Amino acid sequence: MNASAEKAIRQDEAAPISHRVTLVEAVNLALAREMTNDESVVVLGEDIATNGGVFRATVGLKERFGYKRVMDTPLAENLIAGVTVGMATQGLKPVAEFQFMGFIYAGFEQIISHAARMRNRTRGRLHCPLVYRAPFGGGIHAPEHHSESTEALFAHIPGLRVVIPSSPQRAYGLLLAAIRNPDPVIFLEPKRIYRAVTQTVTDNGEALPLDTCFTLREGDDVTLISWGASIMETLQAADRLSEQGVSAEVIDVATISPLDRETLLCSVAKTGRAVIVHEACRNGGVGAEVAASIAEGAFLDLQAPVVRVTGYDTVMPYYRNEQHYLPQVEDIVAAVEQVIAL
Amino acid sequence: MKNRYEFTMDYVRYLDDAGDPLDELPALAADAGRLIDAYRNMVLARTLDQKIIALQRTGKCGTYPSVLGHEVIGTAIGQCMDRHDVFAPYYRDQATQLLRGVPMVNMLLYWGGDERGSAGWELCPQDLPISVPIATQCCHAVGIAAAMRIRDEQRAVVVTLGDGATSKGDFLESVNLAGAWHLPVVFVVANNQWAISTPRGLQTGSETIAQKAISGGLPGHIVDGNDYFAVSEAMEHALDRAHGGKGATVIEAVTYRLGDHTTADDATRYRSADELRSAWDRDGIKRLQSYLHHAGHWDAAREKDLQAHCRDKVEKAVHVYLEKAPEPPAAMVDYLFESLPSSLAGQRERLARKVEGGVS
Repeated sequence: MNASAEKAIRQDEAAPISHRVTLVEAVNLALAREMTNDESVVVLGEDIATNGGVFRATVGLKERFGYKRVMDTPLAENLIAGVTVGMATQGLKPVAEFQFMGFIYAGFEQIISHAARMRNRTRGRLHCPLVYRAPFGGGIHAPEHHSESTEALFAHIPGLRVVIPSSPQRAYGLLLAAIRNPDPVIFLEPKRIYRAVTQTVTDNGEALPLDTCFTLREGDDVTLISWGASIMETLQAADRLSEQGVSAEVIDVATISPLDRETLLCSVAKTGRAVIVHEACRNGGVGAEVAASIAEGAFLDLQAPVVRVTGYDTVMPYYRNEQHYLPQVEDIVAAVEQVIAL
Repeated sequence: MKNRYEFTMDYVRYLDDAGDPLDELPALAADAGRLIDAYRNMVLARTLDQKIIALQRTGKCGTYPSVLGHEVIGTAIGQCMDRHDVFAPYYRDQATQLLRGVPMVNMLLYWGGDERGSAGWELCPQDLPISVPIATQCCHAVGIAAAMRIRDEQRAVVVTLGDGATSKGDFLESVNLAGAWHLPVVFVVANNQWAISTPRGLQTGSETIAQKAISGGLPGHIVDGNDYFAVSEAMEHALDRAHGGKGATVIEAVTYRLGDHTTADDATRYRSADELRSAWDRDGIKRLQSYLHHAGHWDAAREKDLQAHCRDKVEKAVHVYLEKAPEPPAAMVDYLFESLPSSLAGQRERLARKVEGGVS
């Protein structure tokens, strides 16, 4: 077990203390915190109990909360998705882990046709307070099917919330919010930054708001809009632009559906320029929804076309070429230079 | 060295096609009140069914899947379940739903295109709504059963599905989990021989459907689905096991889909009139009625009263259904989430401006 996660798990619940943790450790802290707060929270998935998950996000939970609340499932993603729906309809708050986003597709029918619709189709008689967690995105030299960013598939489905943290603090606060939310949440964890940075997280059980963008850096000349692991490159690009005298505002969308258009439009009204950065391929991506929203809601404020910096419209390459697929700091800087020049 | 693993499947029936006992009947046969209640529910389900089909044919209801041929299975399930158990139905379970307290008006609303059909359900509020995507309800059932285990409750889940649904991973994965986790669930496969136009023989090479239970480590039983005694006995046994912490069971109840798949289907395209005629000879409602007559529990006068009573009940429900105004259009976003996200506020306003039958 990772030392800081172990320490976090063993701490006295009554006295919140601060830890320097990575994003994946923050996920673990939030799970342990909410399982302590609320007996109806259970976690399930492949290899999550005894092994603590392939990324160790659930390490120590079985020892602390018992096998009844921390369940290793058979290797069947459709089953995991559907079992979670069944549990949720009866008042449990299940948090299911899909080992990688690339394996979540077997669960689509359950997620789309049941989890997302149960409240609506019973007019509130039953509902699904559940969280589906999945590590996603490229950049860790993983095998085929382990690196895609297909968040747009879920963002298109009414009845789902799609939440993506981009730092340890937001992973902690947003996961708490996702578990407490009475409706289904797809919680996508950018595995490229699972251990990229540490942050101080105070394990005080305080959630962050869902359905809200986070403005990470204020600026006047251009709005950089991103989520997930690409936030790292976007912030680095903002640093570099600052050296060039360009003041960039950086917004982490965080909840990509339902979308907080207000924050985005207010920022673009101020800066007059928007560059959207995402790792997923461009065609039909969430960037298109953001761009369309800006066109509809802030067209007269724009001084330049909205530009997207994204992955390519092709199959995610195997890892030898994945850096050429992922948006780089230079790509973002170049895009900003293009819109500033107009 | 060689190990041999052997499995057997029993097929159970108590009544012949004419309703005469083939064997000594199970103990439940001594309860005349129960038998009469069962018969009444079967007739009510069939009366409602024929009425909904007539409504659909005259443009007053949407596409509808008939319960014809499933009334015995559904009634036996409904009678055996405890109110605190949970039912995870598919779309030919009207007979069970009547016994689970789902008002006929709600069933009419559901098939008549109104989401309120699956709301309310005061007697068994934890029962799932009808599952249209085939076999998906099996995964919910084992999830619910797992929730019961987690909370140490002595309750059980009954999930129903058709023969076609046993080809799907949802069923097989759920049977597998039910065995691995020792869950309190009963899978009832209503094997009605047809999945729309695909006959049972093309659905699987498995000699019986019940033997699919073996792959998950569960007991499997085959019963005549038109034999009230056989289905009831198997259900009681399976529910006793589930309530007693002894795990899950698969029951294959063999029947025949006497109607089209739905009102949008025409079964004459793919099956013969002879086959259908011989299936009617095995109709379980007629069989139980005949048994009740012979046992002295039933007569022509009671039959006449029952038919009139069922027609009257159905007509009253249909009247309420037809008089009920649709929900306001804005309702389509009101139940998406517990509270409306601000991003949907504008769309809700647009919907709120719409009036019934057009856009203002």
